[in-house]
Amino acid sequence: MAGLATAFGSGAMTNPIADVLKSEVILVTGSNITENHPIFANYVKEAVLKKGVRLIVVDPRKIDLVDYASIWLRPKPGTDVAWINGLLHVIIKENLHAAEYIKERTEGFEELQACVEKYNPEYVSEISGIPSSDLINAALTYGKAKPASIMYAMGITQHITGTDNVKSLANLAMLCGNVGLEGGGINPLRGQNNVQGACDLGALPNVFTGYQPVANDEVKQKFEKTWGVDSLQSTVGLTVTEMFNATEEGKVKAMYIMGENPLLSDPDVHHIEHCVKSLEFLVVQDIFLTETAEYADVVLPGVSFAEKDGTFTNSERRVQRVRRAIQPRGEAREDHWIICELSKRMGYHMDYGSPSEIMEEIRTVTPSYAGITYERIEKEGIPWPCPGEDHPGTPILHLERFARGKGLFSAIDYKKPAELPDKEYPFLLTTGRVLEHYHTGTMTRKGKALNMLYPELLAEINPEDAVGLGIESGDFVTVASRRGDIKVKTIISERPDRGVIFVPFHFKESPANILTINAIDPIAKIPEYKVCAVRVERQKDRTGD
Amino acid sequence: MVNLTIDGKEVAVKEGTTILKAARFAGIKIPTLCYHERLNPIGSCRMCIVEIEGLAHPMTACNTPVTEGIIVTTDSPRLQKMRMETLKLLLVKHPLDCPVCDKGGECTLQNLIHEFEIEGTIYQAEREDRESLYPTPLIHYWPDRCIMCLRCATACREIKGLGAIDIDGSGFNTSITAVNRDKCESCGECIQVCPTGALTENLGRYKGRPWMVNRVMTTCTYCGCGCQLEINVFNNRIVGITTKDDIGVNKGSLCVKGRFGYEFIESEERLTKPLIKKDGRFHEASWDEALGLVAEKLKGIKASHGADAIAGLSSARCTNEENYLMQKFMRAVIGTNNIDHCARL
Repeated sequence: MAGLATAFGSGAMTNPIADVLKSEVILVTGSNITENHPIFANYVKEAVLKKGVRLIVVDPRKIDLVDYASIWLRPKPGTDVAWINGLLHVIIKENLHAAEYIKERTEGFEELQACVEKYNPEYVSEISGIPSSDLINAALTYGKAKPASIMYAMGITQHITGTDNVKSLANLAMLCGNVGLEGGGINPLRGQNNVQGACDLGALPNVFTGYQPVANDEVKQKFEKTWGVDSLQSTVGLTVTEMFNATEEGKVKAMYIMGENPLLSDPDVHHIEHCVKSLEFLVVQDIFLTETAEYADVVLPGVSFAEKDGTFTNSERRVQRVRRAIQPRGEAREDHWIICELSKRMGYHMDYGSPSEIMEEIRTVTPSYAGITYERIEKEGIPWPCPGEDHPGTPILHLERFARGKGLFSAIDYKKPAELPDKEYPFLLTTGRVLEHYHTGTMTRKGKALNMLYPELLAEINPEDAVGLGIESGDFVTVASRRGDIKVKTIISERPDRGVIFVPFHFKESPANILTINAIDPIAKIPEYKVCAVRVERQKDRTGD
Repeated sequence: MVNLTIDGKEVAVKEGTTILKAARFAGIKIPTLCYHERLNPIGSCRMCIVEIEGLAHPMTACNTPVTEGIIVTTDSPRLQKMRMETLKLLLVKHPLDCPVCDKGGECTLQNLIHEFEIEGTIYQAEREDRESLYPTPLIHYWPDRCIMCLRCATACREIKGLGAIDIDGSGFNTSITAVNRDKCESCGECIQVCPTGALTENLGRYKGRPWMVNRVMTTCTYCGCGCQLEINVFNNRIVGITTKDDIGVNKGSLCVKGRFGYEFIESEERLTKPLIKKDGRFHEASWDEALGLVAEKLKGIKASHGADAIAGLSSARCTNEENYLMQKFMRAVIGTNNIDHCARL
């Protein structure tokens, strides 16, 4: 998000998903959409199968979407800046860049041009393993198409160079004049139902709602006035990764965790466990007694989406209604009720008759949500920015001009991942999700339906590596990194490349995040879940015992 | 534009439009069964037959494009009789087990049988039962109820691009079967388009009749697509998830999690009371006790170590309104900007 915000002035999806039906070419990278965004995948498939749109997939894994692609590039994990610079290099050399658009709407092109000069296809091939002819083919296909759209997800961002990767994709989109038009754009797909909303509503250490900086005096005064307080802080707070590190240093003594399970979702779980234990006081608010809640001093029972009213904002920035269908279970209460009650007991009066009253307050302090009322979104959601009640919302961003004025090219050089395979840890581990499960499995592993389909963790290993390790599908292996080890059942599959093992992270009995590295992108503070070095060894008795 | 006459009404439509669409545009209803807005015309059921002046045999309106000057009749004794025969023939195979069918009450076939006043099973035929293998354990396939309209296989191929199921066999023993089992994503697109009770959800039957359940439109809780779905509620319990063809980004589609991943909501493992840990063990507590303790502890830590010694994690699971209140609580009540959530994870 930080990457797009730098380039364009806004970090969200630029276009609605249905726009891919109007694209000539779609480039999907670092996003296994058929499993993680199945409905968005419908649109991509429809574009390919019914509209004849050409699809370029760039992914180290042979994901299902590859079956629909005209071109599939398989870079080594963690080499994204290199192959994107390679595309930029070829497009500029072939004079396919949108010179007029670049001149009128962007800045920084000369620096970019100088930077990508050395990323010729042969050089890029050495770094990424992509054959130079394939790279050229992809560059010509994207470069000649108008409009072309780009989609990416955590496969791009969960690297120490995540922000660089995103800025590079922004370079590519701007180079061909593909931002600010129907059927074009660059679309980061949000992995969780309301990640977009949580960001929009200020659950971030550096901004209030609508990305208004905490360090801005005028903004600060506006919030002080609305909230009736006189001294909001103007220094940026800690990010989630920094919070946990601060607990070890004794700087953070108490945490209030609502609806999160960092003990399975965060990198290097052993480290997080130690951090949580060193807290003086931990409150966890959730619908289940999660791995994190086990360490809490007080657990507050919240409710699921089916038991509350409110709104979620989807990946397309569309604010949509959530409606209560059933009464809360037992004495569990809506999270907004819990926060208000706690607030009263802390001496601050927070009282709302209903979630729609909270939205009324949100509107008054958040320009991009100012026109969004429950009445207006009763039937259909509205995509922000929606500055007034007579405004229809904004499906496509940056139409006439970029949110920041001119689009900013960034000259970026390739950097290696934090930890690459070596003699001792020869495999590269990459983590992710599977279709049937979701995040830490808190929801999807509770019922019988989804577990019937995908009952246990299966780590994907390439057939050639399987021969080397002497294993067959269903055998158990130990996967060890410098931080810990887990036992996992394997499935032999063409999906990962040689030397790469894929482990889903939903399973508490074999938590993949015991292995992952706590190395973060310096700007976005996103951990490098997609690359670390591991050793894989066959279990002697071939079973998990 | 192409000009034609339908039931005496003059209509002008774009070239390539089908007679069915032209008729709908003119506000004339032609009965259909296999036709589905989201799919290319299948032309398997023959309910939409119409007469075109000058042609000896009726044509299916769903897949016949308009031509200049044609004169179309959508309703006549002959057409009515042919449509009735079509329905009677479907009942050779389709049992009238509507009282025990989950689809009863919102079944296209049931509605047509009723509309055409067909009195029951008229024709009989001998046939043998065949084993049919559906590719997912989450969906039950009832071969007898299946009228071979092929909406399911078409949706699997056209909407999902998968082709996991297709027609198998011939005559009365034809059924839908898994032809590409590994491709099935258990998304239930096939259930969504099935016009009868031939495909039903396998998570439990007899949970609530369509007219007895309350359907609450809401937004899915899983990924960022933001699909619009209906929670089906009967007696304060969730009995299923459905959706509508004309709403939201999903337009009638859902994935396996959205359609079948609702059991967690009523899991026995749900937390139903506040818990306070004493001597390493959790004890149930009242809201007053639990909230009182949290407030006291947070106030104490703020007093002795400052507001920045407290940090909060909000949630992408929670609503916008709750995220707003959480950051307001941390900023205005605690007095720190130590607020984040798992966007990065």
